[in-house]
Amino acid sequence: MKKQNRQEVIMGFVTWAAAVVTIATLLFIIVFILVRGVPYINPSLFSFTYNSENVSLLPAMISTILMTLCSLVIAVPLGVGAAIYLTEYASRGHKSVAFIRATTETLAGIPSIVYGLFGMLFFVTFLRWGFSLLAGAFTLSIMILPLIMRSSEEAIKAVPDMYREGAFGLGAGKLRTVFRIVLPSALPGILAGIILAVGRIVGETAALIYTAGTVAQVPENLLMSARTLSVHMYALSSEGLHINEGYATAVILLLVVVMINMLSVKIAQRIGGHP
Amino acid sequence: MNCFTIENLNVHYGAFQALKNINLSIEKGNITAFIGPSGCGKSTLLKTLNRMNDLVEGCKITGRVELFNEDIYGDMDVNILRKRVGMVFQKPNPFPMSIYDNIAFGPRTHGITSKYQLDEIVERSLQGAAIWDEVKDRLKKPALSLSGGQQQRLCIARALAVSPEVLLMDEPTSALDPISTGKIEELLLTLRNEYSIIIVTHNIQQAARISDKTAFFLHGELIEYDETEVMFSVPRDKRTEDYITGRFG
Repeated sequence: MKKQNRQEVIMGFVTWAAAVVTIATLLFIIVFILVRGVPYINPSLFSFTYNSENVSLLPAMISTILMTLCSLVIAVPLGVGAAIYLTEYASRGHKSVAFIRATTETLAGIPSIVYGLFGMLFFVTFLRWGFSLLAGAFTLSIMILPLIMRSSEEAIKAVPDMYREGAFGLGAGKLRTVFRIVLPSALPGILAGIILAVGRIVGETAALIYTAGTVAQVPENLLMSARTLSVHMYALSSEGLHINEGYATAVILLLVVVMINMLSVKIAQRIGGHP
Repeated sequence: MNCFTIENLNVHYGAFQALKNINLSIEKGNITAFIGPSGCGKSTLLKTLNRMNDLVEGCKITGRVELFNEDIYGDMDVNILRKRVGMVFQKPNPFPMSIYDNIAFGPRTHGITSKYQLDEIVERSLQGAAIWDEVKDRLKKPALSLSGGQQQRLCIARALAVSPEVLLMDEPTSALDPISTGKIEELLLTLRNEYSIIIVTHNIQQAARISDKTAFFLHGELIEYDETEVMFSVPRDKRTEDYITGRFG
């Protein structure tokens, strides 16, 4: 009895310590960035065009949004579509399903610089798209495809079969059942996957430097180079001339990420607002 | 007049034969109960009648099933079949949407879009399932906020909304408390005038209380089929007697 009590206390302490270390690490990073970055935030960081005087981050911010949208437009229909096929149409346990799943898992494990290299060789060089928003978006969409697919698959699988039976029992066909009953129920889970994907896009540098390039301008069309915030920070810190502005940019990037998270929680609550 | 005529029906799940040479005529405008111990094939037979067995992999069906003299495994569109033959499941399964949308799902599936018509169908169906008074002020509320018994009556209303000719009920009260069960049984007795009802039940007393005819199944075979009153007073088969007197099952 006594021994068990001591184990309880020790385990309690260990888990508590793990929690504290986790939170402390996050807080330390945030505080560090805030302290270094906030003093250098000034209006000129937000001018519409970038030059080495103002080190503006606004073009990069707009590019980030464009890059995110373009990548999602490509990856979400593909990923969700593949997930629907795997869960609803392919016969369970079929060889092709196992093969597609193995492929996805492998894709998910590839380091992002490899995607960057592939994107450069294929989209940039072979397809002659140059360093462009389009090449970057395609590269990223391949990168986030497994993420969206897996989370959508899990979300769709978690929809109870009795909903499907209910719909079929009323004479609804497969298509209507999938789109009107299954997908809406799975939406919060699918959104969670998309949010993770957005996080990866916003944080990505390696896959973008050699595909979307580093031109610090708002791209006027899909075939122009676009520098996202992360790439912008990478450029600033590797050039070594604007470290302080780099930190200020980091503060903004952090804010953007927090805002995306809060927004997505709101959306998920609104859509999945059932008890 | 028969609503279902079943001839030489055999159902296999892989190597397992779930139903053996079933011949059965189910009368229109009646409540017919399928009784028998677990695994006797009564639910399988029910699911054969609206082809829900199609969804089960490895399920093979031979024989003939006719709905008002039409072969349901022939040219009939399976979605039309399921519109004509509604189903209520063992566990209440309202969709995760509002009460209104749950009821309107079926009619919308079959092409009704006018708000006026839908409103009318929703009210009529909910009244038909004796739940209108309880939910009329909260039609936009999620269906999952209702109690279990209410959810099951909602599911009955949902089935009624597509104006079926036959209602299949797969142990509709087995997940409910006695009071909700009583309400559903009462409801079935009021519905029997307009719909032919086939109910699978584990509860022998329930079959005795509400059904006009009863079919007793054992190990995939139809043992006895008769007027409920006759079967429960003078069963012809020894096995039927043993089952309804509670000697096994």
